[in-house]
Amino acid sequence: MSDNGNGFEPRIVGFLCNWCTYAAADTAGVSRMKQAPNVDIIRVMCSGRVDPVFILKAFVEGADGVIVSGCHPPGDCHYSTGNYKTFRRMPMVEALLDQYGIEGERFHWGWISGAEAPQWAKLVNEFTEQVRSLGPLDWERQLQSKED
Amino acid sequence: MADNGKLKLGLYWAASCGGCEIAIVELREKILDLDAAADILFWPCAMDFKYKDVEAMPEGHMDVVLFNGAIRSSENEEMAHLLREKSKVLVAFGSCAHEGCIPGLGNMFDRQSIFNRVYLETPSTDNPDGLFPQTSYELPEGEVDIPYFYNTVKTLGQVEDVDYFVPGCPPQAPQIWAVVEAILGGKLPAKGSVVGASPDKTVCDECEYNREEKRVTKFYRPHEIIPEDRCLFDQGIICAGPATRAGCGALCMKVGMPCRGCYGPAPNVVDQGAALLSAVASVVDADTEEEAARIVGEVVDPVGTFYRFGLPASMLHRRKLEEVE
Repeated sequence: MSDNGNGFEPRIVGFLCNWCTYAAADTAGVSRMKQAPNVDIIRVMCSGRVDPVFILKAFVEGADGVIVSGCHPPGDCHYSTGNYKTFRRMPMVEALLDQYGIEGERFHWGWISGAEAPQWAKLVNEFTEQVRSLGPLDWERQLQSKED
Repeated sequence: MADNGKLKLGLYWAASCGGCEIAIVELREKILDLDAAADILFWPCAMDFKYKDVEAMPEGHMDVVLFNGAIRSSENEEMAHLLREKSKVLVAFGSCAHEGCIPGLGNMFDRQSIFNRVYLETPSTDNPDGLFPQTSYELPEGEVDIPYFYNTVKTLGQVEDVDYFVPGCPPQAPQIWAVVEAILGGKLPAKGSVVGASPDKTVCDECEYNREEKRVTKFYRPHEIIPEDRCLFDQGIICAGPATRAGCGALCMKVGMPCRGCYGPAPNVVDQGAALLSAVASVVDADTEEEAARIVGEVVDPVGTFYRFGLPASMLHRRKLEEVE
């Protein structure tokens, strides 16, 4: 991995739906599109399966950024309306993270279809640089702060 | 047990409002039964005891200590360690000790911003020299120390080894009595259990209303609507029932107030706020992203609403500190 001179490599967790964004990421990989190696992908059956607690847990356990991505609404969802659950839920997760003091630039949610591999590669590269410029989140350190 | 066969009981309050002590008095005439069954060795809220009385006790001297209140200051933490040492069974009693409760919402701030508010900014404050409390002070007789105020409120379980947790703000009297009876009868469950509450149900299971899974296009705060006599969630009032452990008897809904979540996360729920957030999102009646964003954007203060009683015990514990010391 190349670093930015400051030695910081962001760790990003991506929750990708099996039917759209994961397929795009797979295509991006087999097509050898150049992408930053910083995103750890977790495949889920549907972006509507992503419980907010997954996102919080990723941040608490060391992620510097989180991506949630699924199929384009209204009609792309393999389960018809799974992505509706995503867009009803995620704006509130954004508001929650903002209140917790976690920068909005550390969290991305959206849609990438199976046919949009270049968009996935672009998102990975841009989001990685965006998170890199923010520096480490290091939530563990919050919990171990000295008290006096 | 003491020579007279009575249970040796201690009660203590750390960062709390005193409601948990009132809840014990709420046992009413059963308080006489409690007195008959137990000798109270320490209860500074109700009687005159000194910390040195506790310090003088041998290790494990008290059979049970009911500890209410969160850990806000170094004094709270010191007493947590002392009472752990002097008790056989340490119980986190009430929502503050269990999961941080209302004092825990202080975790959206830090020591300095709380001090600024309290000692400088409130309209009733007269502090022309801008003085803040000092934790040590030189007197002719020597140096005096007072406890210091933590940046982060913690639960009892985060600073000490706790045997049992009794949830509730405050715990309901019948549940307290059930716990007392379990202690007296030696019928306590496995260490670390939540006692005095349902092992497997949510507040919705106890509530007299039934959810009809209605979709809502607007969320209301309790003061913005006069609710009809049916499920409050179905009417767009955010109710923590689906994410909260049963045991209170679903009292609030009987008077038209939504559950606020004081009995803590429902069994098998990792993070009460995240679970409630999902429950809220599930009733949003929106088929476009814009509509959904508008409706959920009207939820005022998501952290304060979803984690009202459990911020310190939640996954993130607190708002990010600007500067970590």
